[in-house]
Amino acid sequence: MQSAPSSPAHPIPPQELLPPMTAHEAAVEANRCLYCYDAPCLQACPTHIDIPTFIRKIGTGNLRGSARTILESNFLGGTCARVCPVQELCEGACVLGADHTPIQIGRLQRHAVDHVQERGIQLFTPAPATGHRVAVVGSGPAGISASAELARAGHEVTLYEKRELGGGLSTYGIIVLREPVEVALREVQAARDLGVNVVTGHELSDRAGLDELLAANDAVVLALGLGAVPAIGIPGEEHILGGLEVIEASKMDRPTGVGARAVIIGAGNTAIDAATIAGRSGADTLMVYRRTEHEMTAYRHEYEFALHEGIRFSFLTQPVEVLHGNGQVTGLRCVRMRLGAPDASGRARPEPVPGSEFVIPCDTVISAIGQEKPALAAAMGLDLDSGYIRVDDGLHTSLPRVYAAGDCVRVRGNASTVMAVQDGKIAAASIERALGRTPRVTLIPTPPAEVRDHPLYLAAHGPVPNGVASTAGAAHAPATEAHHG
Amino acid sequence: MADLSIDFAGIRSPNPFWLASAPPTNSGAQIHRAFEYGWGGAVWKTIGAPVLNISNRYGSLSIGGQRMLAINNVELISDRPLDVNLREIAEIKRLWPDRAVIVSAMVDADPQAWKDIVMMIEDTGADGIELNYGCPQGMSERGMGAAVGQVPEMCQLNTHWVTSVTRLPVIVKLTPNITHIVDPAHAALAGGAHALSLINTINSVTQVDLDTLLITPSIGGRGTHGGYAGPAVKPIALNMLTELMTDDGVLRSGVPISGMGGIATWRDAAEFLLLGASSLQVCTAAMQHGYRIIEDLTDGLSNWMDDHGFQTIADVTGRSLPQMSTFGGLDLSHQSVARIDQDKCIGCDLCYAACNDTAHQCIDLVSPGGVTVDPGYDMRTNGRQVADTRPRPVVRESDCVGCALCANVCPVDGCITMVTVPSGRESVTWDELTAQRPEIAQSWAAMQAYREEVGIEIH
Repeated sequence: MQSAPSSPAHPIPPQELLPPMTAHEAAVEANRCLYCYDAPCLQACPTHIDIPTFIRKIGTGNLRGSARTILESNFLGGTCARVCPVQELCEGACVLGADHTPIQIGRLQRHAVDHVQERGIQLFTPAPATGHRVAVVGSGPAGISASAELARAGHEVTLYEKRELGGGLSTYGIIVLREPVEVALREVQAARDLGVNVVTGHELSDRAGLDELLAANDAVVLALGLGAVPAIGIPGEEHILGGLEVIEASKMDRPTGVGARAVIIGAGNTAIDAATIAGRSGADTLMVYRRTEHEMTAYRHEYEFALHEGIRFSFLTQPVEVLHGNGQVTGLRCVRMRLGAPDASGRARPEPVPGSEFVIPCDTVISAIGQEKPALAAAMGLDLDSGYIRVDDGLHTSLPRVYAAGDCVRVRGNASTVMAVQDGKIAAASIERALGRTPRVTLIPTPPAEVRDHPLYLAAHGPVPNGVASTAGAAHAPATEAHHG
Repeated sequence: MADLSIDFAGIRSPNPFWLASAPPTNSGAQIHRAFEYGWGGAVWKTIGAPVLNISNRYGSLSIGGQRMLAINNVELISDRPLDVNLREIAEIKRLWPDRAVIVSAMVDADPQAWKDIVMMIEDTGADGIELNYGCPQGMSERGMGAAVGQVPEMCQLNTHWVTSVTRLPVIVKLTPNITHIVDPAHAALAGGAHALSLINTINSVTQVDLDTLLITPSIGGRGTHGGYAGPAVKPIALNMLTELMTDDGVLRSGVPISGMGGIATWRDAAEFLLLGASSLQVCTAAMQHGYRIIEDLTDGLSNWMDDHGFQTIADVTGRSLPQMSTFGGLDLSHQSVARIDQDKCIGCDLCYAACNDTAHQCIDLVSPGGVTVDPGYDMRTNGRQVADTRPRPVVRESDCVGCALCANVCPVDGCITMVTVPSGRESVTWDELTAQRPEIAQSWAAMQAYREEVGIEIH
């Protein structure tokens, strides 16, 4: 992983695409931040990191404090700093974006978090032991987030991981250009440092396994992620490489199986990552997608990145057969498509153009058309919602004491690391409440009752309505029903 | 195109920008180069008493990544041999006859010492002498520099010793390290000064290094106060300039004032001129960026003068002075309120925070639906589109006292403006009011009665 690329077996250069900021660069950028009040970046972040505060702390040279501000809201701040689609979130909401350049929030966050994690600085101390036990299944971002939150609260947390290494997709599924393995592993270690017992090579595979966990713990959090890349259902399918497997091979320093001419099926962010690996390993790389540029699910900036990488696109193209001989792929037979009426998702339904079949000569076909729904959920007897685990607002599943978080509950919207981290926090807060405790993450602070009726409190905050502020958040509520967030 | 040339107490220069007496004017070679860049004049780094300098000599104030908003120096007057300085002064003046070459001097408080140095300066052919009564460290402990400038009697006496023996124009450079700047100015005038210049540097300790806990600059582990200069001191300099330029004694004398203290750009220069300076001295900006800044100083000033129809520096000098007033002369009935241009507003809400926490709580956050809302965020939403539905700050003008904090805090030029609105009250100043009704200044009950009478409500 540390050596320069020399063959397709080492396709990815060891560096991240964006270099780390120098101290000076970070200070200048931090000082450019306006330190907005009630900042839109904070609202735009799914984990609601207090971005203006962490940036100001970088500006004052308080890097440890800055990292603490970040990690208080997002324990995977190092990963999110690298993989978040910041253009769609914090940076996209920056007030300087309209007629200037938004603050580089992601890179600043990486600067602060790396400062503490590269040095092994411990920022958090777990609360005194509560005697409660919680099992978390799956050590991806949702699982680590929930584990860290629960461990900080003083619970005894066991985090189960079926793979050899913890970290989930951060470790195995995000290309090194965006996140090196060691960054993900540092976050697993950070959870360990809080007392989380990380058990790798342990797979939860059935209801009996879940019942065992429930017998030994007060609650269980399922952060299972999703399954493998689904089959396309075309002849020659067995010769198709899975996009996630290609990415994993590249991260684990194994041969990726990419040859000289690669075709990638799909046009999501993972497809672009797989194509990037193929392209950077020297393959002539083409992405085929049955719809057009306008319907592709990859973020715009990812698409532009791919074009910049020299990756070519063939839109309105549907694979129908993988051609092969002597165990070797020789081409991908495709059919031209055209857009018809909108389907259930609102996107135009592609239809084959009769008689338009053609062959793309290639020696590698990679599929990245999404991931299978969590099959284990049904096997464990959980209620489902479109194949995902059904949960309420507090991420409680249909089974008592069982919560779920991350991609496995993602019914709609983009599955993303940062959403998974927020899920972990919400599940942990729900467990805290179920255990009769007050969660650390109080979404809306409630003024202490004894001062609420004091004239100076009323002058300062306006009248407070009867009852306790909603934990679901009521900010930007009419001032006459003031909650203060 | 505007004529930038000046005649300052008989000292002529093609533009009003002189390098101040300081490290940038330490040697003939430096000044030669500065003149090549276009500086109108130079005040030679102070010559006089023998000194030994120390190392290191500077500390500076950086804020938010901005370097050298001010500099602090503990360097003394010129440590070069006197004869070398004198020879180079003469050479520079011979090579650059159209430029102002002024020599700053500082010697012991002794008439013979002054006479000796003045005669030597006259022999160089220099255009004038500046008396350094401001050096705040090193020399002041020896009875020179600020030790003279801070004691009006000494200021007058030393000035007299010089003006009585020279035919050259004598500029007295005043120290700001004094309570009332007019007193030493009067003393200098009584001593026969032909011009004044201000400000010299301000006593300062700039910084303590938080790693080493050493005072900066650290001279072998020890620190001392130094002289503070640069952009951060400009408002102090402008105030002292206006104190002189609104003083009857100074005005009656008709002596010109050379302004300095934080001039970094032509904009600063224009402000000094508008408040009464008729020559300008620059140091810190040149120390930060080099002599090349003269190009924009002259070009920018000239363009600005053209824009306003000013033909000469004299047209500009003192132009804004008539506005200067005491507090007692201000119209208590003037009312302005803040207006936020919603088309320019970027939604940083810094005005809201400033007004709500530290001013008069008269800015509301209003949702796109027109409802006044509280700050805060909603855990259930995220994504960049939150910026589109962000509440906007709106001034509740009936409650705005017109303090202008929001307009100062706002990062967008021209977004928040202070608009004059009718107060419904007759114009009256505090001096007029308390002359008519002295009880208002003495009794809250009388004050309250007056407020009710004219309709002033403070809540």
